[in-house]
Amino acid sequence: MTTAAPPYRPRDFASDQQVRWCPGCGDYAILHVVQSVFASLGIPREQFVVVSGIGCASRLPYYLETYGFHTLHGRAPAIATGLALTRPELSVWIVTGDGDALSIGGNHLIHCLRRNVGVKILLFNNQVYGLTKGQYSPTSPRGMVSGSTPFGSVDAPLDPLRLALGAGATFVARTVDVLTRHLEEVLRAAATHRGAAFVEIYQNCNIFNDGAFDPLAGRDVRHDALVELHHGAPLRFGKDLDKGIVLTGAPLPAPVVATVAEVGEAALLVHDAHRDDATLAFLLAGMAAPALPVPIGIFRQVERPRFEEGVAEQISAAIRRQGPGDLAALLAGPETWEVE
Amino acid sequence: MGGVTHLDLRPVGTGRERQTVARAVIRFAGDSGDGMQVTGNRFAATAAVQGADLATLPDFPAEIRAPAGTLAGVSSFQIQFGGEEILTPGDRPDCLVAMNPAALKVHLPAVAPGGLVLVDDEAFAETHLRRAGYAANPLADDSLQGYGVVAVPMRRLTKEAVADCGLTNREAARCKNFFALGLVYWLFDRDPEPTRRWLERKFAARPELAQANRLALAAGLHVAEALELFPVVYRVGPAPAPPGRYRQITGADALALGLITAAAKAGRTLCYASYPITPASDLLHRLARYKNFGVVTFQAEDEIAAAGAAVGAAFGGALGACATSGPGLDLKSETLGLAVMAELPLVVIDAQRGGPSTGLPTKPEQSDLLHALFGRHGEAPLPVLAAATPGDGFAMAIAACRIALRYMTPVILLTDATLMNGAEPWPIPDPAAIPALDAPLHTDPATFLGPYQRDRSTLARPWVVPGTPALEHRIGGLEKEDVTGQVSYDPENHQRMVELRAEKVARVVAEVPPARLEEGAEGDDLLVVGWGSTLGTITEAARQARRRGRRVASLHLRYLHPLPANLGPLLGRFPRLLVAELNTGQLRWWLRARYGVEARGLNKVQGRPFQVAEVVAAIERELEAAP
Repeated sequence: MTTAAPPYRPRDFASDQQVRWCPGCGDYAILHVVQSVFASLGIPREQFVVVSGIGCASRLPYYLETYGFHTLHGRAPAIATGLALTRPELSVWIVTGDGDALSIGGNHLIHCLRRNVGVKILLFNNQVYGLTKGQYSPTSPRGMVSGSTPFGSVDAPLDPLRLALGAGATFVARTVDVLTRHLEEVLRAAATHRGAAFVEIYQNCNIFNDGAFDPLAGRDVRHDALVELHHGAPLRFGKDLDKGIVLTGAPLPAPVVATVAEVGEAALLVHDAHRDDATLAFLLAGMAAPALPVPIGIFRQVERPRFEEGVAEQISAAIRRQGPGDLAALLAGPETWEVE
Repeated sequence: MGGVTHLDLRPVGTGRERQTVARAVIRFAGDSGDGMQVTGNRFAATAAVQGADLATLPDFPAEIRAPAGTLAGVSSFQIQFGGEEILTPGDRPDCLVAMNPAALKVHLPAVAPGGLVLVDDEAFAETHLRRAGYAANPLADDSLQGYGVVAVPMRRLTKEAVADCGLTNREAARCKNFFALGLVYWLFDRDPEPTRRWLERKFAARPELAQANRLALAAGLHVAEALELFPVVYRVGPAPAPPGRYRQITGADALALGLITAAAKAGRTLCYASYPITPASDLLHRLARYKNFGVVTFQAEDEIAAAGAAVGAAFGGALGACATSGPGLDLKSETLGLAVMAELPLVVIDAQRGGPSTGLPTKPEQSDLLHALFGRHGEAPLPVLAAATPGDGFAMAIAACRIALRYMTPVILLTDATLMNGAEPWPIPDPAAIPALDAPLHTDPATFLGPYQRDRSTLARPWVVPGTPALEHRIGGLEKEDVTGQVSYDPENHQRMVELRAEKVARVVAEVPPARLEEGAEGDDLLVVGWGSTLGTITEAARQARRRGRRVASLHLRYLHPLPANLGPLLGRFPRLLVAELNTGQLRWWLRARYGVEARGLNKVQGRPFQVAEVVAAIERELEAAP
């Protein structure tokens, strides 16, 4: 089913539906990048399926001229798993939000990741429930005042990346809605990853949680507040890349900020996304503001067998061993008798 | 023949007499770990191969291994077999095999008067007696007066028989169920050869176990003969049956074969997704072995994911199916609603068990009917079917798939714990004679108006699967505009779509065979109505009552929604209705709602099937109460 795709333009992936997110929502930027990435992948349009759950982010399939399935709150990974299992040649994408993926759908997410189903999961993290009008979400910071937490939330937030790493995800990345070039690079890498790809996208909800990521991604602060991860490259940041991350301390080394001019580039932590064990990825995912810059980019990308390939291999091995199923023999079973 | 046949099995002498009987009921009972299910199933397979008709009733505790020797840990398997048509596993055993005091304590009250009780007397030691709640050894006092008792030191004789097989003490003792089977084979003149062959297959990887169990079986036969344990050998001739090739089949087998056949006949991949739950798990075990039929099985992380994966597979063009039991059906309600809205084919099999909540996980009940009919939010009708016998699961699974695919709808197929585990002889169908299953697959952009344009006769929407060029579209759980499938909040459209979805399910009546009487005739004094696993019991009860001159008819429903088109008028032709079901009156409620008919109920919720005698008594009561 890999017929050559015609050359697409991003607008070939725009459906005829009027986009109905709030004006100024971060979802618009993500939608445009998704359309642009889809157009560039060389995959025929009819091979894309976008499966979503419930929430603002999950409306995205309606705006893409691909096959789409807007399903149940939290269940998109389960539904996409059934699709990928039986149609492994399709390019299956999941669009979800922090409430959808991490609260009501947490179970499906972790199992989809540990099985390494070949789906691309885009988690729009705006740290709030938008469609239900502004309750705190599982990624909201402790103390967040919302409709359901007038005196501040007392829940500790969940870190999507460390959850994904803990579930054994083979591709784990983070990007930001306003950094469209970075977003596009990460999505393209996710698209070509052979297993489950998990991408957290910091996304601004300008109605219920406006500016949640400004301290990280604001134009004036992002050079100091974010650090880009590149496989094989040292972790450098700052306007002139004058700062870097070094590991120091015992018994467990911890990341700290250093001035490159003082420590020398050789002392900097070098990113290795392909490490077999996930320790470095966990360490990077744990880097939090304000003490440290927050990493964006690909934390981890390793090769593991895809779930649906394993299932398909067992089926083809059984057919090689036993021959294709014979219904008459199946219905008769091993023990029969004749009534004259 | 009137009434249940009770064999006179009291040992009255030492001669070897052969007596032919029409039918017999045997119950094997022991600890959960004693292998009673295997023993019973082997007896059933042997009886079947030798041409007897039969029905079986396995009954086991929810605990895998309850504390040994306790009443809670007793597992049993009952079989009725005969040289005539057998419709039920029998009310009361003529012969009880009790492997320990607990099994005797639990099952003796059920044994027919004068019945034979075969025990392993070595198991009646002080500690075991105490654990079973016996103050004194019932073998030593007059507790068993009125029964024929044959006590054999099974454990010791088994261990002696297998002494040269190199087994551990424990392994050797575990062969004693085949020793007991040998005794019973001798008593009922059964050929041990099919069991020997089965042991070879079963223990192909452990030939020493195959050999030991073969020796234990042979020892049972020899001991019965040499010690002249039984005065009479009972013969059960072959039952009259339509000519053809037969096999024994359980409900789980029949459903598995039905799903595979349906997928093959539809030219679709079967995607069977399931979460382990008693008593539905056997279906997953069966299907997981048929990979060379291209079956995709998926053990999901939970019940919700199982239904979700099946719906996802259906969106991609596969035949999606799941099986579950009550607690799982609760969790699948959400996905069933999505499948109603997205109009995707999906088959959910519900192996009913005692509820609510965890309830009685291994015991049968028919208490999910109204849940299947109505257990979703919003207006969410879907077809509901029910299998009536273990083998019937095959035809009903195909029927459920046929409806799901042709009408693009989720379908619930009800079965229950007795049907899943129960077995019966089954005429092997010719797959070539089974018609193909059709689905409204659509690939032509020129004639595509939208994902919700409908077939004029079935009202099914087209099934356009991903990968089809130029037909990209989106569906989902939000209300859809008629024809185009765009999201719509238009009030008139919602009403139209609700009505269209209901009308589509109503039109499934075209697939529903007319209701017909199993027994009796229109105008009889009473009609007994049942559904699901009670078919055999109700039919047998109606026959017995008719033999006594009662004007009683019976009718059995396999289609609960839509109900057969002729059902309303047919019910109206009887002055009195009795609805017999293993719940507190759910079908009765549904019939009243649909047809305004008043019916009396025979309702039992004990985690056990009806006995024939109970249904007969209810028939008599209803007829006596006649105005």
